[in-house]
Amino acid sequence: MQVGLEHYLVVSFLLFALGLLGVVMRRNLLVIYMSLELMLNAANLALVSFSRFNNQLDGQVLVFFIITVAAAEVAVGLALIVALYRKRQSAHVEDLTSMKL
Amino acid sequence: MPPLPDILFYVFAALTLLCGVLVVANPFSRSPVTSAMFLVLTIISMAGLFVLLHAFFLAAVQIIVYAGAVIVLFLFVIMLLDLKEEQRRKIKMFGFVGGLISVGAIVAISLKALKSANPGANLPAPQLEGGTNALGQLLFKQYVLPFEVVSVLLLVAMVGVILLSKKDLK
Repeated sequence: MQVGLEHYLVVSFLLFALGLLGVVMRRNLLVIYMSLELMLNAANLALVSFSRFNNQLDGQVLVFFIITVAAAEVAVGLALIVALYRKRQSAHVEDLTSMKL
Repeated sequence: MPPLPDILFYVFAALTLLCGVLVVANPFSRSPVTSAMFLVLTIISMAGLFVLLHAFFLAAVQIIVYAGAVIVLFLFVIMLLDLKEEQRRKIKMFGFVGGLISVGAIVAISLKALKSANPGANLPAPQLEGGTNALGQLLFKQYVLPFEVVSVLLLVAMVGVILLSKKDLK
């Protein structure tokens, strides 16, 4: 069977689900961040395959912007995690309960 | 015998998903360093998928930005935080089962939607080439305003990171 758009989309869905599972399941802030990266990458894969199979380059430009924004997001997020760790000595979501009522 | 790009697609897709599983739920090690290393493998095999989709520029950017910059940043932060005691805690059963059920439901919904929408039907044969030249033409003509805005965003992120990592955060 010829590999088409559906195959790439299925891979993208599964990768997104894996990232979501990591965000829900894991308790370490850094691993949660890595799972977020997985979800962003899944969206990128879907955009690139749509772009390829619809013969339009705009999707790839969007992926370029997403990669840039993801890099900025990772930098700010990791700086936040480091600042939090300095205050609390923990990068574990169950120890961060100051917003609990 | 299927053509070579199709075989490569299955190889890279399997590699991506396998390494993705090992990022999220590695049965042998709970350490963030292992997750980061498997994230590198996921990203590299995804760059292979991009090459199969003829998005050559994005494949290169993927490897340079993610595998080169983002993962190094992750590893630096892991080194700074010294996360030894995190490995011992157990995953809660409730979170595990609830997460598995909800994620399974989301996968089922999206696969069903894909099946009923069938976006790949009656498309012409793909002939798009995502080389540097074509992408650069588009980026600097049609998308020049978002491009400049993104540079402002990077500046803001840089200033924010410097402010956040100051010693006495007010």
